[in-house]
Amino acid sequence: MSAQLERYAEVAGEEAVDQLRQLARPLKGMRVVHVNSTRVGGGVAEILTKLVPLKRELGIDATWEVIEGDAGFYGTTKSFHNALQGNRVTVGASELDHYRSVNLENAQKLRATLESADVVFIHDPQPAPLLEMCPNREGRWIWRCHIDVSRPYRPIWRFLKGFLQNYDASVFSLAAFSHRLPHPQYLIPPSIDPLSDKNRDLTSDEITSVYDEFGIDPDREMILQVSRFDRFKDPVGVIEAYRLARKFTPTLQLVLAGGSATDDPEGAAVLDETRRAANHDPDIHILLLPPDAHLTINALQRAADIVLQKSIREGFGLTVAEAMWKSRPVIGGDTGGIRLQVVNHQTGFLVSTPEGAALRIRYLLHHRDRLEQMGAQARAFVCDHFLLTRHLREYLTVMLALEHQLGDRIELA
Amino acid sequence: MKDCALAAIATGRRAQNLKELRNELEGIDLDSVYYHFWGGLVRPQFDDPRFNNDFARWVHSALRNTALAERLSVIDPTDFADLEDLRQEVIEVLEEELDQSEVLPWTSREAQFHFIRSQIVVFDTHRVVEEPGELPGAIAAMSNNSVFYHFVDARRRTPGGVDDFRSWLSDLPGDYEELALRCQGVDPFYQTLSELKAELVQIFTEHLGGDRS
Repeated sequence: MSAQLERYAEVAGEEAVDQLRQLARPLKGMRVVHVNSTRVGGGVAEILTKLVPLKRELGIDATWEVIEGDAGFYGTTKSFHNALQGNRVTVGASELDHYRSVNLENAQKLRATLESADVVFIHDPQPAPLLEMCPNREGRWIWRCHIDVSRPYRPIWRFLKGFLQNYDASVFSLAAFSHRLPHPQYLIPPSIDPLSDKNRDLTSDEITSVYDEFGIDPDREMILQVSRFDRFKDPVGVIEAYRLARKFTPTLQLVLAGGSATDDPEGAAVLDETRRAANHDPDIHILLLPPDAHLTINALQRAADIVLQKSIREGFGLTVAEAMWKSRPVIGGDTGGIRLQVVNHQTGFLVSTPEGAALRIRYLLHHRDRLEQMGAQARAFVCDHFLLTRHLREYLTVMLALEHQLGDRIELA
Repeated sequence: MKDCALAAIATGRRAQNLKELRNELEGIDLDSVYYHFWGGLVRPQFDDPRFNNDFARWVHSALRNTALAERLSVIDPTDFADLEDLRQEVIEVLEEELDQSEVLPWTSREAQFHFIRSQIVVFDTHRVVEEPGELPGAIAAMSNNSVFYHFVDARRRTPGGVDDFRSWLSDLPGDYEELALRCQGVDPFYQTLSELKAELVQIFTEHLGGDRS
């Protein structure tokens, strides 16, 4: 076993790694290509950073390609993102044409690699048209959707559906995100990597370092939300919840920590809105972190008393599982993939409003025993269901299932 | 010894009230019936342990019909010769309720029942148990999914609808009746696979000895 796999076995158990090796055996040597639109920033890039090398360790010839676009392209795909998560967004014909032409440019660069691959995973809508631009493809193509498409704005969904029809399968995080598509739709929630800098155990010095660095008082209660500055993450709603809870805990501090991704052009505007809402409150710390601030985020999550993820729409919300892995209960928006992780009253609380979040913050800060009990349950839940080994196992299962043409029972020798 | 992985596949079919549940159930793939009775063991959830299949859980949590949830929950899938018979039993219970209902409660769009089907990938661990005395150690070394395969999934593969351990022991010389009875008494519905495995290790160790570590 490789050193890396041995380390996963220490965290997730020997059996989890043993399963991976067994599943990977019949897939050895297969050429698998993942394609997305950013190398850094956001959950997809984080997952691929770990998933691809691990597949290689298992003997699969996995690679990761990133498509390139200009500001106009990312503006359009951000509009798609907003529309797929329910906003009524109009995208003009020239923008749609540009979206196609950027994909065509990328297809010209990647065509040889993609057409000869045994399996191609296309992540999210940005590179979705690549399939029809690779007419001589030999392998199977899978569209992996990471966002909450439970109530898409129909005109944009119809446009994208035209590109998705010919995929061999798609993967969604939840059944509620699936649609009527002419191929199997696998349900695979994302995962966190317990060995990454974002999630590994830290020394107490590493944890306390963030107090000095960001001017946080270690002797006072601290609540935290880690996420991109995106309206769907509702950072302004978090500030409202903090203000309501602070009436009962006057020493409360709030940290909003986020970064940016190269495929998200709206981040700066939302950051401005958030700063205006904070209105120079010295106990609201708005931190714009670089994409590689993994240790800082890890330390902040461990330093926090409670973690929030008050999203209005959420495909999954990796920061939820990250916080739960650190034995923190999470107060999460009652939406999308957060529901899969935050089991109300068990691993945290699901809320629909800033008022609801404030009530739960007050409850947990005044019931420390319950806070710790829920935190312990949260960690165990992540260990059982949301570690990278489980995620990889399910990807390998899909690859096997597609190889075996979708029988309900696939027996491997 | 075998191991397995269960892939969950969305069907795009949904129900928002009891009539829709009954109608969709009639046309659904039988793998979906399997998933909604057994899949709860292998997916992330903290479901109410009072109700041991997805139909009962949904009727209770979304439609707030506890009496019907109890009637659905008591359906033992191993009582039926095949999944089609099991499906018909669920439809029967739902129709009885529909016949008696004056009004048809609807749930919110957010709480719809989503029909999911499953696909099971079975792989050989290349580990072999030759003697019953090896079973305690072998079960202790199994993955949770391997326990699912041999103790739960087996019930739809074996002629008598029993787990693989009982099936194997019944063909061997020797008196394993008491052990088989204790296995029969293990209810897979009310615990996680980790707990189920621990209980099986304890039972097999008590009866057959050996190292349970």
